[in-house]
Amino acid sequence: MIPTRYRSSVFLKAAMAVTGAVMVLFLIMHMVGNLKAFEGQESFDAYSHWLRVVGYPAVPEGGLLWAIRIALTVSVVVHIASATVLALRARRARPQRYQTRKRVRQSYASRTMRWGGVIIAVFVLYHILHLTVNVIAPGGASDSPYERLVNGFQQPLVAVFYIVSLLLVGLHLQHGLWSVFATLGASSGRREPLLRGGATALSVLLIAGFMLVPVSVMIGWVS
Amino acid sequence: MNLTLRIWRQKGSEDKGRMVRYEVADVSPDMSFLEMLDVLNERLTLEGEEPVAFDHDCREGICGMCGMVINGVAHGPEVTTACQLHMRSFSDGDTIDIEPWRAKAFPVVKDLVVDRGAFDRIIQAGGYISAPTGSAPDAHSIPVAKADADRAFDAATCIGCGACVAACPNASAMLFTAAKVTHLGLLPQGQPERASRVVRMVDQMDAEDFGGCTNIGECAAVCPKGIPLETISRLNHDLLGSLSGADAK
Ligand code: HEM
Ligand code: SF4
Ligand code: FES
Repeated sequence: MIPTRYRSSVFLKAAMAVTGAVMVLFLIMHMVGNLKAFEGQESFDAYSHWLRVVGYPAVPEGGLLWAIRIALTVSVVVHIASATVLALRARRARPQRYQTRKRVRQSYASRTMRWGGVIIAVFVLYHILHLTVNVIAPGGASDSPYERLVNGFQQPLVAVFYIVSLLLVGLHLQHGLWSVFATLGASSGRREPLLRGGATALSVLLIAGFMLVPVSVMIGWVS
Repeated sequence: MNLTLRIWRQKGSEDKGRMVRYEVADVSPDMSFLEMLDVLNERLTLEGEEPVAFDHDCREGICGMCGMVINGVAHGPEVTTACQLHMRSFSDGDTIDIEPWRAKAFPVVKDLVVDRGAFDRIIQAGGYISAPTGSAPDAHSIPVAKADADRAFDAATCIGCGACVAACPNASAMLFTAAKVTHLGLLPQGQPERASRVVRMVDQMDAEDFGGCTNIGECAAVCPKGIPLETISRLNHDLLGSLSGADAK
C-alpha cells in the first residue's frame, strides 16, 4: 500500500513537475547537441561518439549515457503514470457534462496537455526507433548518425512529422514550464506573469533550436 | 425585454434530468437574475406547474448559496454571484441556458440545487484553529504584519459558493481549499496546525472525488470574491513542505 500522502492529487502533480523538469533539462542539452549538425558530418559524428565515451575510464564506456537514459526512462514512466491517474480522477469528478460551456481564461496549451502529451509520447517512440536504436531508417540506413539524420529529414513526410511534433512539445512546455513553479509552490501573484513569460520564451527558444535541423535539411542547407 | 430560458429540470437525485424551454416576457433590466427567476416561478405556480428549484439566501452576494451556470459560465457573464447579476447584462431576445454546478462531489438535489456538503467536510477536516475558549484576548496581544493581515483577510472572503469547482475542467476544489489554507496559514494563530491542516484538507478533498488541479485558472477567473490563483501555489508549498514534517498525519 502506498501511504495516503503519496497518493494525494497534489503529490502526484508534484511528481509530474519534477519529472517534467528533468525531461526539459535533457531537452536543452539535446537541442544544443543537435546544432553540431551545422558544423558538418565529422563534428556531428564525433559528438555522437563522445557521448558514448565521455567520462571513461572514470565511468565505464557508455556509462554516463546509460545513467541519463535510466533517469529519463524513470521520468517518462512516472510522468505518464501520474498524468493517467490524475486524468482518470478528473474524468470521474465530472460524470455529467455541461450542455453549454464557455471558456473564460484557459489557454490552448493548458487545454491540450493530456492529448498533446499522448501524441508527444508517440513521437518520442518513433524518434528513438529512428535515430537512436536505428530500427526504422526512412531515406536509407547508415552507420553515420549524421547521414541517418540527413537521409531521414530529406523525406518531407518525416520532416513534417518532426516539425509538427516539436510544435506540440513547445505548446506542452509553454503551460508546463510555468506550471512546474505553481505546482512546486513557488508562484505568486507578482511572479506569475514573469514565470509565464519565461516559460513562453524558453519554449520558443528550445523549439526553434530543434526545428533548425529538420528545416535546414529540408531546404538543402545541410546535406 | 423578452427572453427564452433553457433550464435544467431534474425531479430528484435519481432523475435523469433535461433542459426545458420557457419564455419570460417583460423582464426589467433592473431585476436581478434571481428576481427574473422569481417572475417565472410565480407564473409556473399559478399555472399549476412545479416551480424551478434554486438555492438562495442573502441575495446580497455574501452567503454563496445562489450557484448556477448561466450560458456556460459559473454565475454568468459578470464576475459576481447570480443574485448580484442584473438583467441589464442581457439583451432583448436572448436565449439563456441555466444549469446546476456539475461535479460528482456536488450531487444535484433538485433542478439547480446541489448539495455542497463536501465543502463543509473539507473545512471540518482542518479548516479551523484549535484555541482555548474563555474571554476574548486583547486584540493587539499578538501583532500581525499589515501585509499578512490584508492577504489573510482577502483569502478569508471566500463564501464557499462552489463556482471554482463548477468552472474547473477537472472539477477541482483547490481554489476553495487553498483559500482557507492561505487564510489560516498567514496568521500566527494558524501556525501550530499549519502542516497537519493542509494534509487533512487535501486528503478530504481527494476523498470527496474532486479532481486535481492543472493550473488552468478558470476558477480564479469566475470567483466572485476574487480569490487569486496564487493561493493554490501557497497550498502546494505547504503540502510539499509538510511531507517532511512530523506534524503531518
Ligand atoms: C510522454 C507523454 C506525456 C504525457 C502523457 C504528458 C502529460 C502531461 C500532463 C497531463 C501534464 C499536466 C498538465 C497540467 O498540469 O496542466 C503534464 C505536465 C508537464 N509535462 Fe508532460 N506529458 C508527456 C510528456 C512530456 C515531456 C516529453 C516533457 C518534457 C520535455 C513534459 C514536460 C512537462 C512539464 C514540465 C509539465 C508540468 C508539470 C506541472 O504541471 O507542474 N511532458 N504533462
Ligand atoms: S474560492 Fe471563490 S469561487 Fe471558490 S468557493 Fe470560494 S468564493 Fe466561491
Ligand atoms: S443569494 Fe447569497 S450570495 Fe447570492
